[in-house]
Amino acid sequence: MMGTLTSLSTVRAKARPPSVFERDLSVVFNEPVNGEYVRLALAAPSHLLERCRAGQFFHLLCPASGEDKPYLRRPMSIYGFFPKQGELHFLYKVTGAGTRALSKLCTGDSLNVLGPLGVGFRIEDDWRNLVLVARGVGLATLAPLALEARNRGRHLTAICSARSHDVLMSLDYFAEMGAEIITVTDADGTSEMGNVEKIIKRLVAGRGVDAFYTCGSNRMLTLLQALGQRYHIPGETALEQQMACGLGMCHCCVRPFRKAGALVQLRVCREGPVFDLQEAMPW
Amino acid sequence: MVDLSVDIAGMRLKNPVMPASGTFSEDLAELFDIECLGAHVTKTITRGRRDGNPTPRVCEVDGSMLNSIGIPSKGVADFLKKTVPFYRAYDTPLVASISGNTTEEFATLCREVTVEGVDAIEVNVSCPNIEEDGKAFAIRPSSTYAVMRELRKATHLPLWAKLTPNTGETSEVARAAEEGGADALVVANTLLAMAIDVRTRRPKLGNLMGGLSGPSLKPIALRMAYQCAKATRIPVIGCGGIATSDDVLEFLIAGATAVQVGTATFINPTAMVTIIADLERRLEVERIASVRDLIGTVADGEQKAAVVFMEAAP
Repeated sequence: MMGTLTSLSTVRAKARPPSVFERDLSVVFNEPVNGEYVRLALAAPSHLLERCRAGQFFHLLCPASGEDKPYLRRPMSIYGFFPKQGELHFLYKVTGAGTRALSKLCTGDSLNVLGPLGVGFRIEDDWRNLVLVARGVGLATLAPLALEARNRGRHLTAICSARSHDVLMSLDYFAEMGAEIITVTDADGTSEMGNVEKIIKRLVAGRGVDAFYTCGSNRMLTLLQALGQRYHIPGETALEQQMACGLGMCHCCVRPFRKAGALVQLRVCREGPVFDLQEAMPW
Repeated sequence: MVDLSVDIAGMRLKNPVMPASGTFSEDLAELFDIECLGAHVTKTITRGRRDGNPTPRVCEVDGSMLNSIGIPSKGVADFLKKTVPFYRAYDTPLVASISGNTTEEFATLCREVTVEGVDAIEVNVSCPNIEEDGKAFAIRPSSTYAVMRELRKATHLPLWAKLTPNTGETSEVARAAEEGGADALVVANTLLAMAIDVRTRRPKLGNLMGGLSGPSLKPIALRMAYQCAKATRIPVIGCGGIATSDDVLEFLIAGATAVQVGTATFINPTAMVTIIADLERRLEVERIASVRDLIGTVADGEQKAAVVFMEAAP
C-alpha cells in the first residue's frame, strides 16, 4: 500500500515540474537611467530566463532599508531577459517604500524574486506589423516586446511618449532591436492625443498595422481602443493593480473587464497582466 | 525519526501544518509538491457566484497587511466540478471552506459539499449573519450555537468552526461552537482594522475597513487559541501570523493541535515547506519524539483561573 502511494506521488511530482521559481538572485548592477528611473540587472540561471515572456512580471521581495520596511512583495514587469548573458532586467521609478528600498541595492547584493508570473503579450502568426505606444513606466513593460518581435521577424513601430526628450528611455534599445522609433513629448507639444492619432492613422494608411500594444496611459488606451474598433485592428494592453500573493490565490488584484456584454472581474496577476485591448476598462 | 502526525477529530494529518483558507489554491502546486502539507484548505466558497469587494482590496501596514477581498466565489457547482477533482490526485485530506449569510443557505451548502473527496468542512462562521444585524455569527455565543446546530444536521463530515477575533466572548463562543456540534475550532480569522492615506484622506481599502493578518495578529490569535483550548475539549487549529517553526511551537504549547499558515505564504510562497522541515529538525534536536507531546504544555501554573478576568481588564 505504501509503495503504491509513494509511486503515485512520484509520478505526480514528475508530471508537474515547477514552472514558477522563488530564488535569491545576485545584483549585477542597479544604476540610474535618468533623474527618475533606475535599471536593475540580476544574474539569473538560463532555465529561469528561458521561461520568461514579454509582458510577464516578477514578484520582488524588496529588502528593508533604513526607515523603509516593505512587507508585501512588489510586482514588477520584466524589462529584459537575456538567457545568453544570464541576466534579468527591471526598469523602475522610485515612488514608495518598496522601490526606495530596491534603489539601495548594490552590486553583489541578493534579491529574492518569484516568477516569471502571469500571461505575456501574444503575437499571432499573421501579425506582421506591430505598433506599440508607450508612455512613462509603461515603456518598461513594452520594451521586451521589441526583442520578441525581432526574434520572430516582425516589423515593430515604437511610439514613445514622455514629458521631455531627456526622460525618453529605451530609444537605443528599440533601435538595436530594429524597431522604427517615433518620439513625442509634452515639451514640444507632439504628445497630445490628436497628434498621436494622426501618426497612427498614417501608419495604418502606409504599411498597415496588424496589432496595437500599450501600457501605462489611460489616454493611450482609450485612443487605441477607438482606432482598433474603427480599423478592426486587434491589440493588447498590460495593466496594474495592488497585489498580495501574485499567484492567483488571494484575489486582491482584480479589475473589471468587458466580456460578452457583461462586466467580469479578472485577476491581473493570473489572467493578466496582459489583456485584450477592447476588453480592458479605462481607469 | 520524529513523529509529526496529529489527529484532528479522527482525521490523521501527516504533519500539523496546513494553509489558511484564502491563501492557498491549485496555483501553489506550480511551485512545490503540495502533497507535503498536513491538509489542503480551499478558499471559502458561497453557494452562488459573488464578485467580492471593490478595489483596492489590499494594503500593507507595519509588518502586516489588511485585506477586504469579500469572498469572491464561483459558486458550489464550479467547486464540485473543478476544485474537488483537482485535489483528488493527492492523498492529503481536503478541507472545504464554506460560508453563508443565512443559516439555511449555509446548511444547504454544507450538505452540497459533503461529497466523496472532501474530508472535512471548515465553516467560516466569521461571515455576516444578515438575518440578524449583519454581525458575524461567531461574535455571539447564541448565534454561533444556532448556526452550528443546523450545520451539524447537514453533514456527517468533521466540522471545523473558524472563529473571529472580533468578539469579546472568545471562551463562550468556543463553547457554543462545541455544544452546537463543531469537531474542531480554527482560531482565528482576521481582525477588523483600518488604514487611511493621510495625503488623500481616503481609506486605503476600497471597502473602508478590512481584516488584519500577518505577524502583528499573532499574539492575539495565540491568546485566543489558548483560551479556546482551555474552554473546550475539541482540537484547536491555531491561525494568525504564523511564519516560522517557532511560531508553530508557540501555538502547540498554547494548546493548539495543528496550525494554519496564511499571510506568510504571500511573502514566501514556500513558507510552509520550510516550516515543516524546520519543525522536524527542531524536534530532532530537542529529542522530542512526537509533535503531540508539545500540545498544551504551556507552563501557566497557578494563573489558569485568571484567564477569564484578563479578557475584561488586561
